Amino acid sequence: MAEFTLPKNSRVTKGRHFAAPEGASNVKRFAVYRYDPSSGDNPRMDTYDIDLESCGPMVLDALIKIKNEIDPTLTFRRSCREGICGSCAMNIDGDNTLACTRAIDDAKGDLKIYPLPHMSVVKDLVPDMTHFYAQYASIKPWLQTRTPPPAGKERLQSKADQELINEPAACILCACCSTSCPSYWWNSDRYLGPAALLAAYRWLVDSRDEASAERLDDLEDSFRLYRCHTIMNCTPACPKGLNPARAIAATKKMLVERKF
Amino acid sequence: MSTARDGTGHFLGQRVSAVVLALLGMWFVVVMATLPEFSYTTVIAFIGKPLNTVLLLVLSVTIAYHSYLGVQVVIDDYVHATGLRLASLYVSQTAHAVLAVAAVYSLLKIGLRP
Repeated sequence: MAEFTLPKNSRVTKGRHFAAPEGASNVKRFAVYRYDPSSGDNPRMDTYDIDLESCGPMVLDALIKIKNEIDPTLTFRRSCREGICGSCAMNIDGDNTLACTRAIDDAKGDLKIYPLPHMSVVKDLVPDMTHFYAQYASIKPWLQTRTPPPAGKERLQSKADQELINEPAACILCACCSTSCPSYWWNSDRYLGPAALLAAYRWLVDSRDEASAERLDDLEDSFRLYRCHTIMNCTPACPKGLNPARAIAATKKMLVERKF
Repeated sequence: MSTARDGTGHFLGQRVSAVVLALLGMWFVVVMATLPEFSYTTVIAFIGKPLNTVLLLVLSVTIAYHSYLGVQVVIDDYVHATGLRLASLYVSQTAHAVLAVAAVYSLLKIGLRP
């Protein structure tokens, strides 16, 4: 049955406050979710007052500044700092997005930072992505062929065929879309979620792939695919501007069309 | 978990029944609005016309079917314990079937009166 009460130890409490240094002229307050499951304590919101005059423009710059200069215990993932690795996906001011491509100036007032919603928290802003990656692996995200490759050259694609996979192949697996989806919140144990379904679509429309029938067979399930109720939170959540909702609708259309 | 190979029929059923309901729903609202009065004799006479009987039969069965599909989605979404989920689906299925049969029986009884 659906759970209507919060699990034990999940009420978020008020945390520590770190004041801005003396003489700071342009101060912005960052409220950051802190949780260490091994400590047994409840999660808390720590607040950091940052002088923006000595901080880069992006939310990730502020987090790195906090970790380097104020509180080294703060834990978050980051790598490329240019929106291509997907590591720093988190919930910033209510939006699932990448800390490296979200400008601090976009937020009015205090800036609230939480981990991606409805994921188990490893520590602070680091969610457990194990299940998410397993779901991605389950759609077999590689080229499957039955015919032998053309002699002496690779399998070629026309420009039009390439354009079909261009957008869905640009997914960076940050999980912003899946963790914005209420259906994924309630049923992620069985529903694949928008990210994995976008990846599945990417191979369904690949002109070189020869396993479309099996791929559609594997998706045809009232939970795996059809828990998508066209809520469409996924599309505005995507920091790369991709459209998982349209890909899922197109997949459902393929399944209907092959019945007739 | 392996795939159950279902869902497309459900998806299609939802959409087809929605279109039928949209069309017949509009027809129903219009004819109800233009009915001069809601007395027993007027309403029975209205239902008793062959075309009306047939359209009302289609409307009632489609409502029951569409509602059953919708309730099933809600149960699948929110009831996670397998036993309770199966029991809820069974109750919903039976209730919708009873409603549909009751509607069909009533309409036929009126429609087939000598």
